Amino acid sequence: MTETLPQTLAHTPGTRRRAAAATPHALRLEHVSKTFGGGKRLFGRKHHAVEALKDVSLALTKGETLAVVGESGSGKSTLARILVGLERPSAGTIEIAGQDAEALTRQGPRAFGKTVQYVFQDPVASLNPRKTIREALEAPLKLLCGYDPEKRKARLGELMDAVDMPASTLSRYPHELSGGQAQRMAIARALAAEAEILVLDEPVSALDVSVQAQVLLLLERLKHQLNLSYLFISHDLAVVEAIADRVAVMHFGEVVELERAKTLFASPVHPYTEKLIGSAPRLNGGAGAVRM
Amino acid sequence: MSLALQDNVTAPAGPQRISTFKLLLQSRLASIGLVILLLLVAIVLLAPLLPLVHPDQTAPANRLIRPFVTAAHWLGTDQLGRDLLSRLVWGSRVSIAVGFAATLVAALIGSVIGLVSGYAGGRTDNLMMRGIDMLMAFPYILLALAIVAALGPGLMNALYAIAIVNIPFFARNVRGVTLGLAHREFVDAARLSGKGHLSILWSEVLPNVAPVIVITMSTTAGWMILETAGLSFLGLGAQPPQADLGSMLGEGRAQLFTAPHVAIVPGLMIFVIVISLNLLGDGVRDALDPGLKSGALSRPGPVTRIDRTKPAPPNSQPEAILSIEQLETGFSNGNSTTPAVRGVSLHLDRGECLGLIGESGSGKSVTALSIMGLVASPPGVITGGAIYLDGEDVLSMPETRLISLRGSKVAYIFQDPLTTLHPTYTIGQQVAEAIAAHQSLGRRELRERAIALLEQVRIPDAAARADHYPHQLSGGQRQRVGIAMALANDPDVIIADEPTTALDVTVQAEILSLLKQLQTERRMALLFITHDFGVVAQICDRVAVMKDGEIVETGQTRTVLTRPHHPYTKRLIACVPEIGDGDRFLPRVEKLMASQTKEAAQ
Repeated sequence: MTETLPQTLAHTPGTRRRAAAATPHALRLEHVSKTFGGGKRLFGRKHHAVEALKDVSLALTKGETLAVVGESGSGKSTLARILVGLERPSAGTIEIAGQDAEALTRQGPRAFGKTVQYVFQDPVASLNPRKTIREALEAPLKLLCGYDPEKRKARLGELMDAVDMPASTLSRYPHELSGGQAQRMAIARALAAEAEILVLDEPVSALDVSVQAQVLLLLERLKHQLNLSYLFISHDLAVVEAIADRVAVMHFGEVVELERAKTLFASPVHPYTEKLIGSAPRLNGGAGAVRM
Repeated sequence: MSLALQDNVTAPAGPQRISTFKLLLQSRLASIGLVILLLLVAIVLLAPLLPLVHPDQTAPANRLIRPFVTAAHWLGTDQLGRDLLSRLVWGSRVSIAVGFAATLVAALIGSVIGLVSGYAGGRTDNLMMRGIDMLMAFPYILLALAIVAALGPGLMNALYAIAIVNIPFFARNVRGVTLGLAHREFVDAARLSGKGHLSILWSEVLPNVAPVIVITMSTTAGWMILETAGLSFLGLGAQPPQADLGSMLGEGRAQLFTAPHVAIVPGLMIFVIVISLNLLGDGVRDALDPGLKSGALSRPGPVTRIDRTKPAPPNSQPEAILSIEQLETGFSNGNSTTPAVRGVSLHLDRGECLGLIGESGSGKSVTALSIMGLVASPPGVITGGAIYLDGEDVLSMPETRLISLRGSKVAYIFQDPLTTLHPTYTIGQQVAEAIAAHQSLGRRELRERAIALLEQVRIPDAAARADHYPHQLSGGQRQRVGIAMALANDPDVIIADEPTTALDVTVQAEILSLLKQLQTERRMALLFITHDFGVVAQICDRVAVMKDGEIVETGQTRTVLTRPHHPYTKRLIACVPEIGDGDRFLPRVEKLMASQTKEAAQ
């Protein structure tokens, strides 16, 4: 572990390779919409329909971190659930690592799990309370990668090293871990599938600030070590600015602005983006609160 | 190893778990039930080996011998001269076997129905549950009678009948729990790990439902034995000459006055079996479902238990509106007390805003709740220190006086307004109730005051909004209602416990500016609890940093932010990403953490 650190330091975000645009897309969404409800009731009346996503088009380049920001109810989580195959879009096409999502769905959950993985917002809730960490991590190794017990054991060791946790954690139950530790385990489970695309749904919002910073560092290191692509969903703009290459701003199910992080924070175009940036608390006190 | 290991330090050295069985044995009644049951099961299992006469062997010459008269028939004989002890042992064997078998069958079928129905949801769920409803719509014993009548009398048919009428219990209970589990994140996570539906039901959902199944089994097994006996008593179960507790009871009925022991002996046996099963069942429920445990359900007292061993320390800040001196609060578990707040001293001047900052588990909320004795007791206990509110020690006050000060002098605003507001009252009623708690006013006046308060917290169209229920409001508006309720009686001190953590940034900014404005206008003192230095920077005059139940640093917000002394404060400040930091943030944190780990190692 220790020897990999200097490498990580060398890869500070500033010196990131710029030629990313030439590589193919990890994720591509075109005109994706999702409507909940709207079906007919028993007696012909229509259910109330909610449009969670309206005509969303996005692309995540390989090796990139694309952040999706927005407030609660803006459709961020629906977008994430569609991308990992937990929901199906009402309209539009999705391409994951060059393959059509519909085709992946037809191949079953395993094909999906091999290409894209999901890290949940609440790490403790995403781990089965009655299973040890080992059992949680073995499932993807066995079902998605098809490893034999010996290889699984070796991989478990590697995964624990990758997320900086002692191997003894494997025999723990989720409630015996702190929030930060549980999130590391959830990240390890996502890595176990050996998918190169991770959808991170507010991975640090449930954590204390110092733990949040540690998890962000871990994510940044893993990305370079394992050549991952991140779709990073968050409501915290400051976190997004620290980790994202590009940012998509969502508002009521629509992408209102999609721009490189530097450009977006320096000169936001959409009034909603401006309001979001203005509202973020600042240490020097001159915050959006005064700007109401 | 590396810098990220810091949050591992506090984890326990090794997993220490109490097994469910040990937990079960801790309950004396459950242990008694378990011992009796094991004894009975051992006897009936060993029945073929015991030196007993054949239970069906008649001897008309020796009929109706009373118990304890002859050594050959220790419990006496019945109307046909059959040995009662032998019939009792063999009869219990049949009854227990049928009762348990029926429980297992009902549990198996009911759980499968419940699991599938709860997991699949939608139409499948609807169809299956309506079927169960039909079973439940018939009076219970009548349905069993009808089933036996259709199938014909006999022990096996009685077993089927009892199993069928008990299926709804299992199906309903299991479905309820499964329904809650089916949409949990770990089930989604298992799907993403490549598991199919069957595998998820079997390995993810079932282990979480299993306690419910076991609890339902242990609480219904006794009942089912009783029902078996009931059907046999009516002549629909065991057929003569086979012995079974119910049929023995039925046969003894005719001799109830001439030879009561013939009925009393099997009757007592039924009683013992059922009571032991019920005692054990209660114990199993307590062990598997700690939430239902009788002790945990005991209501907390109105005021935190105060158990000060040392005399109250004097008030070092007589000018302050609120002064906390060396407060110690802990949580008692059995004989020992785990401290949560260790000697915290704070003061809050009139019209001042003090930020209390720390990470989860630092004791900041316990400190805030201790001020008005709101820490739930048991298990909370204040073990030392003093809290001076306007010069008067809160901890020495009589209970009624302390309660009357809540809301009138010190008011709280909590994190999640959805959980603190009552879902079935309109917000107008709830604000009015907060006023009425301390002022006696007419209904119309209360409503006017409530609307005025809602206007002050800038709820648009307050008069109309007052008739809305909490779920009709947005998160930010609900928090405004929470603030209005706190302001209802013009308190001197407002304690806000993470009031903006659950809100979106844009709403957070609005709520913060509202609080700041109200605080300056009314010259209230505000104790603002948060984990976010960004929020502190915006609203607080002074700040106190809390770690592991102690205050590690206090000072003017500006000074602490620009020149933090304690390494923990430095870390907290450095770990807050700020807009404008951009990609400089992570390298900065990495450097800081590496240096702090090095310091800690030295």
